[in-house]
Amino acid sequence: MDGTKSISLFDGKKGDIIRITSMEIEGVMRRRLLDLGFVQGALVEVIRKSPLGDPIAFRVSQTSIALRKEESTRIQGELIRHD
Amino acid sequence: MTDTFRIALAGNPNTGKSTLFNALTGLKQHTGNWAGKTVSLAEGTFKHRSKQYRFIDLPGTYSIFSNSADEEVARNYIVFEKPDLTLVVVDATSLERNLNLALQILEMTKNVVICINLMDEAEKRGITINERLLARRLGVPVIKLSARNRAGIPLLLDTIDRIVSGKIACEPVQIKYDGEIEARIASLEPFVKQVVDDRISSRWIALRLLDGDESLLKELNTRLKTKEETVCNQS
Repeated sequence: MDGTKSISLFDGKKGDIIRITSMEIEGVMRRRLLDLGFVQGALVEVIRKSPLGDPIAFRVSQTSIALRKEESTRIQGELIRHD
Repeated sequence: MTDTFRIALAGNPNTGKSTLFNALTGLKQHTGNWAGKTVSLAEGTFKHRSKQYRFIDLPGTYSIFSNSADEEVARNYIVFEKPDLTLVVVDATSLERNLNLALQILEMTKNVVICINLMDEAEKRGITINERLLARRLGVPVIKLSARNRAGIPLLLDTIDRIVSGKIACEPVQIKYDGEIEARIASLEPFVKQVVDDRISSRWIALRLLDGDESLLKELNTRLKTKEETVCNQS
């Protein structure tokens, strides 16, 4: 297990837990994601991927939220747990 | 004493805000277990210790930076209608998510009480909350509630009474930003102050302008213009 590997949320596999380090999204969408709990330091679990891999469902501060590829590729984090 | 104090209820969707509203006002405003059900403002009155209160149930939102009509309604009420007190209802089982909105509101307005609702649910899950520590950190009263069992409501009413009669002063924590942001706030604030006087927190407006909040800018322009016209017509 590599605790410091940096990946985007989009590259996470089902069951992975990623700690957010940065987000390259601006404006209203950034605000929205911050409000929903996608903040620096937050732990995000990859819950499920749709058949074509987009969107992906994540769990963040006790809620499931699905993100499109456009957003999930722009959120970076450290891989904390990898099954 | 016939003054009516206006008390706004804000909070995330699904925190039992409408349940608390009903418990306070005795109204049967419909409550439901799904997000976004309070679409417009519900109002109810209540009398306590010879004071008259009007409670305003704001739409449930995760934020108040107006990504949606709901958030705009809630923001405009708190900023422009200036209630005497705002109750921020938070979910005891999900404090981290809920405190986001609470902090945003503490930046906008001074008189705030944090109501930690759904305490019965939290206790079932073994969650304990140190409300005194939270109150000290946030600078405003924090009260644990279980609105559906009416637990904590007498203490809440007592606290409301003490705030509106000036016996408790709220000193909301001021969030310090990094050097560059603080410098920009400092350079913007004097101009903002000239335009809005002391009616609205100039620091908050400066922050929103820095964030490029066009919806707020538009709202400010409309409201200030209307006011100027009223003044001109009178003179």
